[in-house]
Amino acid sequence: MPIWNEKYETLSRKELTQVQLERLQQTLSRVYRRVSYYHNLFNKIDFDPFEISDLGDLRKIPYTTKETLRLAYPYDMFAVPLREVVRMHSTSGTTGQPLVVGYTKNDIDHWTELSARVLSAAGVTKDDIIQICFPYGLFTGGLGFHYGAEKIGASVIPSSEADMEDQIIIMKDYRTTALTCAPSYAAGLCDIMVEKGVTPAELSLRIGLFGAEPWSETLRKEIEDHLSISVTDNYGLTEVIGPGVSFECENKNGLHISEDHFIPEIISPETGNPLGPGEQGELVLTTITKEAYPLIRYRTGDLTQLFYEECSCGRTFVRMKRVFERLDDMIILNGQNMFPSQFEKILTNIIGKTPNFQLVVDRKENLDKLEIQVEVSGDIFDDEMKKLTELELHIIKEVKAHLNLVPDVRLVEPRTIKKDMKKSRVIDLRNKS
Amino acid sequence: MLKIRSLRSYYESLCILKSVSMHIEKGEIVTLIGANGSGKSTLLNSIVGLMPRVTGSILFEDKEIQKLSSNVIVKLGIALVPEGRELFSPMSVIDNLILGTYPYYRIKNRQTLNERIEWIFDLFPVLGKRKKQLAGTLSGGEQQMLSISRALMSNPKLLLLDEPSVGLAPKIVENIFQTLVELNEKTNLTVFLVEQNVNLALDICQRGYVIETGQIILSGESDELINNKEVLRAYLGKE
Repeated sequence: MPIWNEKYETLSRKELTQVQLERLQQTLSRVYRRVSYYHNLFNKIDFDPFEISDLGDLRKIPYTTKETLRLAYPYDMFAVPLREVVRMHSTSGTTGQPLVVGYTKNDIDHWTELSARVLSAAGVTKDDIIQICFPYGLFTGGLGFHYGAEKIGASVIPSSEADMEDQIIIMKDYRTTALTCAPSYAAGLCDIMVEKGVTPAELSLRIGLFGAEPWSETLRKEIEDHLSISVTDNYGLTEVIGPGVSFECENKNGLHISEDHFIPEIISPETGNPLGPGEQGELVLTTITKEAYPLIRYRTGDLTQLFYEECSCGRTFVRMKRVFERLDDMIILNGQNMFPSQFEKILTNIIGKTPNFQLVVDRKENLDKLEIQVEVSGDIFDDEMKKLTELELHIIKEVKAHLNLVPDVRLVEPRTIKKDMKKSRVIDLRNKS
Repeated sequence: MLKIRSLRSYYESLCILKSVSMHIEKGEIVTLIGANGSGKSTLLNSIVGLMPRVTGSILFEDKEIQKLSSNVIVKLGIALVPEGRELFSPMSVIDNLILGTYPYYRIKNRQTLNERIEWIFDLFPVLGKRKKQLAGTLSGGEQQMLSISRALMSNPKLLLLDEPSVGLAPKIVENIFQTLVELNEKTNLTVFLVEQNVNLALDICQRGYVIETGQIILSGESDELINNKEVLRAYLGKE
């Protein structure tokens, strides 16, 4: 696959360190002068942003958390006056108050470049017709990919949140070759294709670029097999820029982080101590080119590992393991920690493919209760009640065996659980009740 | 080609440059923008070994040069065109040019020297016409051409220019900058340009840095800098 920006994506580690140091020093100088939160923080810890002499000095600065950003709502973390902001996006607010993120013209240009890298690494060229099924609103997915695809010169179909059946009609009639959406959305499209009797041979699709939520290797394989396409993962978060932070190359062996724009670290989520290469922990990112909304050591809440070994694609950027867990999605049930991915694994084993499911947590009589809502094929509801009950009992038994927990299970018909971008699989009603 | 990491530069106890990091790649034209007193000339002087005390590192072709003396630095391939030209006014154009080869004085043979001078006269024909004239009697534009030519006599790989357009008519400035671009394109000469005429500098450079009170506060491709509202406001007088 072609490398979109060979100059930067193949920099030697020594050259990259030089670029990072220059940009970090400029960013620290800027946030100290422009963002009152960082100005006060640096003064409080007696940190001189002009004393930073190597990248290791970054560790002297405390982490920025989502809570800090929430307290600064809406504009207090902006490093430029509003008249210099040309665009605003916002987080979904799934785990609390939404955050407003601003972009200058240069920020948009950088984002476009980063998005072009993602698309190019997946194999998108100017000859492709790309269907973008991400919302084109406050969410960054739609416009993020849109600009990158246009920069590459691909033909863009901004189908956004069209009805799934319409998406398939568009895909078929417009001869879409590349599809970008959330993986669960792609899985939903596969289900509808089966329902409507549309076969992959009727489509021109060859590439899938999925992201915006944690997803498993099993689901990737299922979609690849079902649609006969090559699927790559990409990663990004609105606070940091949107899609384009990291992306898989053709080797599909970790996501290259665009280190000329972001400095990654891995820390222990419990202690906050830095962890070494190959150790699993929480991803922390520092933006080094953003003008409007720079972030220093931002705790992403995503669990991953970093690999510095060379990749045969030629890119020299560090790779991060695919994000399969988010700390935000972690459920603590009666003192026990668990992640949606554990449930996904159990359900996939029982049902034979990755189902759409949701975990609803509530508290009754001072005890945490979990209900697992699982979408199952419509046929099963036509069968006798006994089969449904057997499946429910099977799920309860397996969850108990693996997680030492007895959940309630509710089987629901397909498309009952809304496949909404960036919405967590967990609904926690405990604070609301 | 040139890598500067966390450079601090002092006049006695006064710290002028505070953790400056930047780099220039071979064949690039890079510009440095900044207000008066921001540390632009200090940075150039630090590179060529004219500052009394510097910390941090300056690597030229992977060799540390921050502790080397100026004549050694010139021999390695860096030449400075200083602010205000700094010519030897009572000496002729030819003698000023020969002084540019001073670091090679002992090894330079006459033929190479003559070839070099002829090359300079091809570059700036007006200097050829005035080769025996005293430098102090040249016009401002001619003096600037001579200052650049003197630096080129040492056959540098990296040419540093400190505000070459100061006090010159726009037409002359345009000619000089055109020559710099041609040199860059034809001989792959790397250029680091400190310039108060920001429009002109951003027009010919590939990348640029912005310096403010001794710190680099911004960098990017020339397009990015032109798009930056702060640069527009502070250095280009536009809102």
